[in-house]
Amino acid sequence: MLDTIILILDSTLRLSTPLLFACLAGLFSERAGVVNIGLEGKILGAAFAAGAAAYVFQSPWIGLLAGIMVSVMLALVHGYASISQRGNQVVSGVAINFLAAGLTVLLGQAWFSQGGRTPALSPQNRFQSITLPFADTLANVPVLGPIYANLISGHNILVYASFAAVPLTWWIVFRTRFGLRLRAVGENPSAADTAGLSVTLLRYRATIICGVLCGFSGVYLSVAQGAGFIKDMSAGKGFIALAALIFAKWKPVNAMFTCLLFGFLDALAIRLQGQEIPGIGEVPVQVFQALPYVLTVVLLAGFIGRAIPPKASGIPYVKERT
Amino acid sequence: MSKGQLPRWVDYGVLPALNLLAAFIISGLVVIVIGEDPFEAVKWLVWGALGYGEGIGYTLYYATNFIFTGLAVAVAFHAGLFNIGGEGQVYLGGLGIGLVCLALDRYVPWWVTFPCAIIGGALFGAAWAFIPGYLQAKRGSHIVITTIMFNFIASALMVYLLSNILIPQGTMSPSSRTFEAGGQLPLLRNVFTSFDFGQSPVNLAFFLALAVCGVVWLLIWHTKLGYEIRSFGANPDASAYAGISPVRVTVITMLISGALAGLMGINVVMGEQTRLLLDFAGGAGFVGVAVALMGRGHPIGIILASMLFGLLYQGGAELAFEIPTISRDMIVVIQALVILFAGALEHMFRPAVAAFFNRFSSSTAEA
Amino acid sequence: MGSVRCFSWGRGNAFETVYFESRHAIDTQVNDLIDQKGRATVAESNVPAIELIGVSKSFGPVQANKDIDLVVGKGSIHGIIGENGAGKSTLMSILYGFYHADSGTIKIDDKTTTIPDSKSAIAQGIGMVHQHFMLVDTFTVLENVILGAEGGALLKDGVANARSELKRLADEYDMTIDPDAVVGDLPVGSQQRVEILKALYRGADILILDEPTGVLTPSEADHLFRILRVLRDQGKTVLLITHKLREIMNVTDMVSVMRRGEMVASRKTAETSMEGLAELMVGRSVLLEVDKPEVEVGKPLLKVEGLNVKDDRGVLRVKDVSFKVRAGEVLGIAGVSGNGQSELLAALSGITRAESGKMELSGEKLDLSKAHDAAEMRTMGMSHVPEDRHRMGLVNKFTEYENSILGYHREPKYSKGMFLSKDAIRKEAKERIEKYDIRPPTPDMTVAKFSGGNQQKIVLAREIECDPDVLLIGQPTRGVDIGAIEYIHNRIMDMRAQGKAVLLVSVELEEIRSLSDRIIVMFDGNVVGERGPEATEQDLGLLMAGVNQEAENDHELPV
Repeated sequence: MLDTIILILDSTLRLSTPLLFACLAGLFSERAGVVNIGLEGKILGAAFAAGAAAYVFQSPWIGLLAGIMVSVMLALVHGYASISQRGNQVVSGVAINFLAAGLTVLLGQAWFSQGGRTPALSPQNRFQSITLPFADTLANVPVLGPIYANLISGHNILVYASFAAVPLTWWIVFRTRFGLRLRAVGENPSAADTAGLSVTLLRYRATIICGVLCGFSGVYLSVAQGAGFIKDMSAGKGFIALAALIFAKWKPVNAMFTCLLFGFLDALAIRLQGQEIPGIGEVPVQVFQALPYVLTVVLLAGFIGRAIPPKASGIPYVKERT
Repeated sequence: MSKGQLPRWVDYGVLPALNLLAAFIISGLVVIVIGEDPFEAVKWLVWGALGYGEGIGYTLYYATNFIFTGLAVAVAFHAGLFNIGGEGQVYLGGLGIGLVCLALDRYVPWWVTFPCAIIGGALFGAAWAFIPGYLQAKRGSHIVITTIMFNFIASALMVYLLSNILIPQGTMSPSSRTFEAGGQLPLLRNVFTSFDFGQSPVNLAFFLALAVCGVVWLLIWHTKLGYEIRSFGANPDASAYAGISPVRVTVITMLISGALAGLMGINVVMGEQTRLLLDFAGGAGFVGVAVALMGRGHPIGIILASMLFGLLYQGGAELAFEIPTISRDMIVVIQALVILFAGALEHMFRPAVAAFFNRFSSSTAEA
Repeated sequence: MGSVRCFSWGRGNAFETVYFESRHAIDTQVNDLIDQKGRATVAESNVPAIELIGVSKSFGPVQANKDIDLVVGKGSIHGIIGENGAGKSTLMSILYGFYHADSGTIKIDDKTTTIPDSKSAIAQGIGMVHQHFMLVDTFTVLENVILGAEGGALLKDGVANARSELKRLADEYDMTIDPDAVVGDLPVGSQQRVEILKALYRGADILILDEPTGVLTPSEADHLFRILRVLRDQGKTVLLITHKLREIMNVTDMVSVMRRGEMVASRKTAETSMEGLAELMVGRSVLLEVDKPEVEVGKPLLKVEGLNVKDDRGVLRVKDVSFKVRAGEVLGIAGVSGNGQSELLAALSGITRAESGKMELSGEKLDLSKAHDAAEMRTMGMSHVPEDRHRMGLVNKFTEYENSILGYHREPKYSKGMFLSKDAIRKEAKERIEKYDIRPPTPDMTVAKFSGGNQQKIVLAREIECDPDVLLIGQPTRGVDIGAIEYIHNRIMDMRAQGKAVLLVSVELEEIRSLSDRIIVMFDGNVVGERGPEATEQDLGLLMAGVNQEAENDHELPV
């Protein structure tokens, strides 16, 4: 029983990681007032770039770098449209998603001729699992041993990085000058402007951070969890992350728990596929797949608490004529 | 604001053309990056879409889809609502159409099934849009987010239904059985035999789409409801002052929008596939956003934009066949760039064009 | 530079004293110098803190500021007065770096300078309290104050320092405030104090306040004026932008008058009168001559009883209000804006739902705590010219003829079945354009392109031509040119002569006095008194401040 639980939780961690990166990415962007429907596209773009670069340069680290670069570039396109040109942020996000979906497969096919995939990566070109100190020796300690050895130890570096990003994000957003200003432009950009701050610059910085974090998410998919890029491999993760962000009410620690919950649902769905749950019978796997979205809708409707977004999110900043 | 005032033909003609041009230039650069000749690509693209009867047929077939989804997005836009859930509404509308066809196809001719299927598709599409509309109006949940969530919920629901309920016994692929003649819409190639539509699936749904354009035009600009929808979209405070109920307008607009999206299934499910299958919406719900933006919310504009996207879809297929390195995904890229330039960056060229016209008009005024 | 100044603020009192004394000495010297040269422009103050020479600014074809000259003495409270749209806010936005002047010179402390952005304004010691507060509602007072002047990359570096500095400033200028309160939860008066503290924290020597009392109750306004006087006595320069004469007389040392983008006069406050300033403001005699014939007053057409209305934040804004308006009568509701008038109109016209209250409209009884809508009220014979035509009265994107049926679009004469009969609508719109002399006479032009006066006429034509029994009319002449004002006033008098009941809400006392048969005054949601049109401005003014002299002996009113 314990082994089963550990197994499910272990896969929960692995499935939560890309969500968590993307969710924190969205947090930076939306806290600064830039709505980001384009998380999905940035993840996909990064996954492709990372898969391709890791294969060509035979290094996961170069893959990471390439993934982040491409994601940031897409983020800057979104930034240019929604910050500088004051375009519709939702429309821009939709465009980014399509752009990534199309370009990845197009270029993948043109460069590698494997139906849009990138060539499979050998283990040394991926981020490999890290065995934490004493994991093997402690594995025999009852209960705690397996938890440490099998659940906490044995993940790749990006999994740890994603969880380390949570307190870091919290600290940046709530404890630094930059975070204060970031929140101010998301709530009332005029207040920041009249305080002598550049709304444009702050929003661009938030957008770039969003790009970097989405980059990590994509890289994780193709160079850590997977072994190369596959067409549409983000499979809606950007949107689940968006749902998680709302569910977490735009707070970093909540975001972690929400992503773990959504990751858990995913793990459970895989585990329970075709199996009967005692007393309930066989639950269709689609129930678990739809649950994050249903929960988010229910939350948004105010039936469980209230999710109030940053007040200025989605609204381009225009200096008003008084 | 008078500085930004431009003649209507510039606003509705020159600016969209410039945006489109920018999208095509970048697409051309992508083709160059791949190592192919963009002009060669354009040649195949246009020829593939318009060069022969079957190509034209396919172009019209795809355009039909986009007219429905474009109208759906546009109607919501008029009420200031961003319905990004066309994809889910198309999917559910298809279910309604499929159910009607499955129920009737063995007993009645197609022209009896057809109106029933229209009602079924519209009802199911509207129902799927109703919940986000109602939640926005009554509970204040943001319609963009809820409709996105509903796309995914629709997808999960349809996968379940197709792979567990509607799948015929003894088959493996998740789709319904093929409809019999009573559930099949006549193809134009069988109706207009004098024109060679080849094997293209363009069918009577194309005329339905055109008719619906007329209905939407009347609705938006010539009815009391349309007046209320536009007032609410342009100025919610003024419409409250006028005694227009925001809840009523939001819900009704979303019902209409969802119904329009739902009708797309007539073209695909009843017209082309003659069965219900996975992912038949194929992103058309999102293309509707681009079409509505490019068409500026007007049915004529939407028809033109749909034709353009239809051309890209069909031409792109031909292009991928002739130049295999340019896969069909090129179309997705072009589509993305059109959405980007015609939608999110729609004002990019405005200052320059305005400056040009101001100089031009002032110099003519002097002369 | 701003941060350097901030730092010096934190040094404590010993430094402050030295700083002020030495500056005072310098000021006196400079003052002497100027006197010798015989250029002294202002008496009490000495070196100008601000000097504007020939400042102009246009927005497209609209010239908001035309060749403005202005001298503001250091350590004075200088008022800038003018009607809405006179260009006051634009001028101040130029001073705060929000807009760039097209031409002209700005001098701060006698040095020619440029103010490219707010950051530069702050660095030059200019602070601004905007009409709409520039505060982040979800932040605490402290967070709002330090935003943009945090004093280090980590918040904790600056916060402790800011906390003590904030306390010192609050004590010094008599502003009590909890630094950890969330700003969105504070009353507006306190929010405004946060804005002032924000400016002072940044080391502002010049404080600009743009229409600061528009949202304040009179007692809050008095508190503000006390603070401003303290600021002046401490050597700060205060620029007060307002369109209210009383405030100018009350608190300023000098006053400059703006009219249609031009600076028409600068006077010492002590040497002017309200009447004189008012004439300068409008460029005409302020006593509006309205022909008000005797009209036989009939039975009440509108009765309101025990009306209570909450705003969307749940604050009770209209408190147990009752009144009657009879046929052939204009009932004026006077009061400082924000004392419940808007909420009253919204509830009566069916736009918002009241907490409780009964209404009798043309003999029909209504419970206003039940859901009604504006369309229902219209069918019962009530029409409504809203206070803010841009926000409510018109759909700017629509054409003139489309706007001419807003709220009446369901009437049978405008439609055939579910369709609108556009020909009938256009035809009627043309007739009204002629009758009301709306220019240009083009029903197909979008309404945004009409001037303010013509827009108001479009609304007025719509609401009068439907032949209502009761007309609610809010701020009928706000942002309207003089010619149109007279026209609008005459139309209201016509309604009265035709035996309609008119409820007039206006913040312009003159308008209320010249049009009304009876005047009730609202203060803080209550009706605090009723007067006849012969009531003096002073009497009404006191009522508007919440002081009822007649009732004063009986019970105390909140101040």
